This record gives sequence, structure tokens and C-alpha cells, in this order.
Amino acid sequence: MLRFLITVVRRDVLLAVRRRGDWLTAQFFFVMVVSMFPLGVGPEPSMLRVIGPGVVWVSALLACLLSLGRLYADDFRDGSLEQMLLSPYPNSLLALGKALAHWIINGIPLLLIAPVLGIQFGLPAEALLILVLSLAIGTPILSLLGGIGAALTLGLRGGGVLITLLILPLYVPVLIFGAGAVEGAMSGTGSEAHLSLLGAFLVMSLLIAPWISSLALKVSVE
Amino acid sequence: MLSVADLACERGERELFRNLAFELEKGQALLVRGGNGRGKTSLLRILSGLSSPTAGAVYWRGQPIEAVREQYGYDMAYIGHANAIKDDLTPLENLQFAAALRGRQFDSDQAVEALAQLGLSHCIELPARALSFGQRRRVALSGLMLAGALLWILDEPLTGLDIDGVAMVEKLIYSHIAAGGVAIMTTHQPLVLEGVIQISISVGG
Repeated sequence: MLRFLITVVRRDVLLAVRRRGDWLTAQFFFVMVVSMFPLGVGPEPSMLRVIGPGVVWVSALLACLLSLGRLYADDFRDGSLEQMLLSPYPNSLLALGKALAHWIINGIPLLLIAPVLGIQFGLPAEALLILVLSLAIGTPILSLLGGIGAALTLGLRGGGVLITLLILPLYVPVLIFGAGAVEGAMSGTGSEAHLSLLGAFLVMSLLIAPWISSLALKVSVE
Repeated sequence: MLSVADLACERGERELFRNLAFELEKGQALLVRGGNGRGKTSLLRILSGLSSPTAGAVYWRGQPIEAVREQYGYDMAYIGHANAIKDDLTPLENLQFAAALRGRQFDSDQAVEALAQLGLSHCIELPARALSFGQRRRVALSGLMLAGALLWILDEPLTGLDIDGVAMVEKLIYSHIAAGGVAIMTTHQPLVLEGVIQISISVGG
């Protein structure tokens, strides 16, 4: 079972390495969107410090959505998804592996870029740390929940837009607690409560999201 | 080994077939006949467990396939219209991942030999993107040799193959059945399987 999970992850990571262009798109998108805000709202440092955490978090959500459309679509088109669904292992394990691979490919780079972008907004060092921490807990949730949307919209025309409409509402709690944690660290009210709630949300989506994704996949492939 | 009782399938509002029943034993081949859009692929997808029938059930060794999903996953190999070949991987890597995802042992010497047997020895190092349609089909079919599955479900296995390829696949299917395997396939091309017990059914009248 574990070997199957590792194979699913390894396969997706290898494919991403072979297609670096696709993979870099989402990362560049993240950097671009975040960098647009100072240009739009003006260079007032106090203002930038206030909007910083929210901007980084919203951009992370959007970058995640951008790459989610391809999570199952390529495998669906070339028939490998069918083969994977026929495997002797539970389909929820496949969904978990896919979400995990998505996080490794798209989530971890965001974690590494985020502090640099945070400096752009003049966030203090402590807030930067909490920003990375909140993203580290939050981005796996984005991948797990996004997997449900990707599975549901598989093979539909205009699936990319639909996935946004389906999944963004589910991302709202992640956004609130994620950005809230960084704001808490900056205003001195503390960020533990926000991070704990985010952690609870992660555990819940780890348990439920792969299972729902597997049901959605079954329906989409039929 | 494989039996089907009272199988019915609807797509949209249209009924494709109903009351379909047959039984396959070791060393038998089933040829599904029928024109375009008559439900051949739908039948094969139901038999593989990818879709569910409107009525009836498919039994593997006397058990409904949903109940023995794990065992059926090991025993059955399915090749659909799409080849399940990743463009960015070499044929060998493709076979390796396909085996690992189905929980099967993989021996790379054996895989090289299987690819060579289907005339692909010169493209083992190339990414599958560089292969032609027929060559990709051959890669998918060479996976059958490695799978060690008892039941083969093949949807139009001969599509895109040249005369040599067709002969190779015939030989492949023949030796599989001669070794006690079971094969179910659809094809529009004439398939020569001499001395094999063949059952033909037509779907969609």
C-alpha cells in the first residue's frame, strides 16, 4: 500500500521534472500577482504591511487553482487514470497520493518564495516565520480540497472555471486562519489559535478529502 | 472463470443491450461483435469494472467483481482506446510505472525483452512522445506480457498496427489462451486464432 502511494507521488514528481515549463507557470504566476499589489495600491509602507499577509495568501490560493486543473486531466486524457483506478489498491489512496504530489510540486515552492515576497511588503521577521508556518500547514489543505474539485470537473468543458467556483468557497476558512495567523503575530495578539485551527482543518481534510475525491473520480470516469 | 448474468446497459436514454449472459472458462476467447456505437466499449468497461451496469452483474470465480476488487485488480489487464502511455517517459519507464501502480513485480530485463518481441528494441531510450501511434499501441500491448494477468480485456487491440504488428498480437493472444488464459476483445479487423475456443457475441442487435 505504502509502495503504491510512493509510486503515485514519484510518478507525478518525475513528470513535473520532465515538464518544467508547466510547473514553473504557477510559481511565476504567484510571484507576479503578489508583485502587482504594491504597484496598484501605492508604496505606502504601513499600508503594505497591513495588506501583505492577505495578498500573499490570496495569491497562493490562485496559484494553487491554476495548477489544479491539470491534476487529473492529463492522466484522464491518455488513459492512465483508468489504469490507476483499476489497481488493486483503494482509490482513495490514489487521490491522497495525487494531492500529496501536487503539494510537493506546487506547495513547497510557494513556501520557499513566500518569505522573499513578504520582505517586499515590509513584514517583520517574526511575521515572516508565521507566514511560512501558516503556508506549510495551509497549502496541503489547498491541494487536498482542490483534488475534489479536480476530480469532479474531470472531462467537463470549461472545467477550469468551474473548479474555481466549486473550490474557492471551501478555501475561505484556510484563507481566514492563514492570513489571520500572520496578522495576529504582527499585532501581538498571538497566532497559536489560528495555527491550531488550521492544523485541525488539515487533519480533517486529510481524512475526508481523498475519500470524496475517489468517489468523484469514479463518477467522472464512468 | 468469468460469468455474466442478465447484464443490461443504458447510455443516456438509449438501451444498448440487455439480458446479456455468457460464461468463459480457462483457455477461451470471447470476441464481441457489433457496429459502431452499439455498446462494445461500454460492455468492456463494465467487464473491467470501470463502469457499472444498469442491471445484472459480472462474476469473477463466482464472486461479483465489486466484492473481489483487489483480486480482480491483480488478475485482470485492461487496454482501452487510450494507451495510457505518458509522453514524457520512455517506454521502459512507462511499463515500470504501469506495473508498480497495479502492484505487480517488475523485471526490467523481461520488459526489454517484451518490447523487443514487439519490435521496439530501437526505441527503448526514446521518450514516448517520439513514437508513432502504432508504436505506442505496441508499448501498451507489451505491458500485457509482463502483467501476468489471467484475464485480458482488449478494446480494439489492433487499431493502428501494421501487418507485422497484427501478426505479433495474434501470436500474443494465441499463446496467452493456449497457456490457459482468458481473453475478451473487440475488433473490426479479422483476427486469426486457429484452434482456440472462441465464443462470439453481438451487442446492440
